[in-house]
Amino acid sequence: MVEITPQLLMLQLLTGLALGAVYALLAIGLSLIFGMLTVVNFAHGAFFMVGAFLGVYFLTLTGSFWFSLVLTPIAVGAIGLLSERFLVRPLYGRGIDYPLLLTFGLSYVLVEAMRVIFGIDGMPTSTPTELRGVVNVGFGMFPLYRLFLIAATAVIVIALWLFIEKTRYGLIIRAGSRDNEIVRVLGIDISRIWLLVFGLGTAIAGLSGLLAAPTRAVNPEMGIPVLAESFVVTVVGGMGSLVGAVVAGLLVGVVFSMTSLFAPEYAELSIFVLMAVVLLVRPQGLFGKAGLMG
Amino acid sequence: MIAKHRVASVLVFLLLFPLIMPYEALALNILIFGLYAVGFNLLFGYTGLLSFGHAAFFGVGSYLTGITIVHFGLPWWLAIVAGTLASGVAGLLIGFLAIRTRGIYFSMVTLALGQIVYYAFYKAERWTGGENGLRGVTVEQINVFGLTRDFVNPLTKYYVLYVFVALALWLVSRILASPFGAVIESIRENENRTAACGYNVARAKLLIFTLSAVICGLAGALRALHLSIVPIDSLHYLLSGQAVMMCLLGGMGTFFGPFVGAAVFLYLEDVATSFTTHWMAIVGVVFMIFVLFFPKGIWGTLVQQWQRRASSVETK
Repeated sequence: MVEITPQLLMLQLLTGLALGAVYALLAIGLSLIFGMLTVVNFAHGAFFMVGAFLGVYFLTLTGSFWFSLVLTPIAVGAIGLLSERFLVRPLYGRGIDYPLLLTFGLSYVLVEAMRVIFGIDGMPTSTPTELRGVVNVGFGMFPLYRLFLIAATAVIVIALWLFIEKTRYGLIIRAGSRDNEIVRVLGIDISRIWLLVFGLGTAIAGLSGLLAAPTRAVNPEMGIPVLAESFVVTVVGGMGSLVGAVVAGLLVGVVFSMTSLFAPEYAELSIFVLMAVVLLVRPQGLFGKAGLMG
Repeated sequence: MIAKHRVASVLVFLLLFPLIMPYEALALNILIFGLYAVGFNLLFGYTGLLSFGHAAFFGVGSYLTGITIVHFGLPWWLAIVAGTLASGVAGLLIGFLAIRTRGIYFSMVTLALGQIVYYAFYKAERWTGGENGLRGVTVEQINVFGLTRDFVNPLTKYYVLYVFVALALWLVSRILASPFGAVIESIRENENRTAACGYNVARAKLLIFTLSAVICGLAGALRALHLSIVPIDSLHYLLSGQAVMMCLLGGMGTFFGPFVGAAVFLYLEDVATSFTTHWMAIVGVVFMIFVLFFPKGIWGTLVQQWQRRASSVETK
């Protein structure tokens, strides 16, 4: 047993925040799509996985992490756009379960597609050269890449917030998630906005896959636990709330890393227990509105 | 005729089933997973609750049957009872949490709670064998009313398990025909209105959730005896998804649908794996086609056709 010092606790907290940053991104993508289209994307984990594969592929192809950082979300988002246009769209108005079932089937296809293209063993990953090494964070040494994860997430969240709160498109998205019929009456083609939002949500999932790739094993099955974990975050934070997604994402990350410090056996279980507690005390989630549950 | 004697129809069919299948192992699989899909259908098809965590009950049934045989030396039939009861308890606990949520949340929460069970059994290596699965659930001979039979023989195994499936199907049919069966279907159609009619919706949901878990647990228990090991996959998310796929392929909310779905799914898997390792892609595409174009599933679509034809004959 390692001796628990305040420094160790702080470092573990930071590790948790870095892990939580990925969770937050995943949950934002899910929440964005749900808030707008009332579709739970069961292929979210698969899009995350595709992002990790394509990210590593683009990295080896171009030799630059930054190129990959731009190309990956575009490529994954493009798959998302095609999926919405040709698969999800015909199902609007047919009950909430159908888009969910469809994306579930889609996840099978995405997993197999990656197996066909990149093989069943997955891909070796390494931290990009620019972001290797450790830095002194005041109370100990911390891997640079994990700091970058936190910073990158912060940038993405702020950019997204500005987009939604300050731009014309964002205004339409906010209006559309309140009442899409009124938006339609005002002469806006809502189906294009839905397409855009689905693309955006899946692009963020792909981006989080790329960002998480150096910290975990990249294989076709990696999306499955991620899907469950992002659901935990969404339930804890409250569906459809971006603030909830960020706070709950970080909270879940910290709970996971703290449990793995004190009781590593129960680390995987801890976040589900957290979810169970939230369900008992506040079924709509920390930041959710009670009405959304229906 | 078929609709009137639905249990008898299924049972007669299943009785002859191993004779028309290419080999008995496939027939056994379809028997077991058909029952699993039937249990799942109680919740998804009849109550309208889409769970993505039903592997938890299948797996608990499987593991507890295995554990009571391997670690406690229970006779096989008592082990089946133990496994089935244990999944009922699991259903009660998970159901208690899950029914606090509605709609889309329900699917997400059942998925997440299913993962808890997966990790719990994965970690309890001393009892469950962890990643390697629980080995040594071997029952070589069974003794029923003084009759000793060789349980390794697949046909004998099929007909022994068949007895349990028959009992379960009778129970399911009985539930569906009861006033309670009407209540769960009215919850599917309109939950608020059911509550307004004075029914305790939460209690009905919890009860049907638990019953569904019991049926799925029995299917799991039977599989433990069939395979003589309990693989950790029994609790996996993909197995939860299989229940959804089988149910939708066959026709949710119909009595025969789940069996049709299980048969088609497993037969498709059997055929596809012989020429490609990427059969999951085929399954995924077929499933998406059904969601898009045949949401009533194979059996549901057939029934609809028959009804349409019958009504057009009547009007003539």
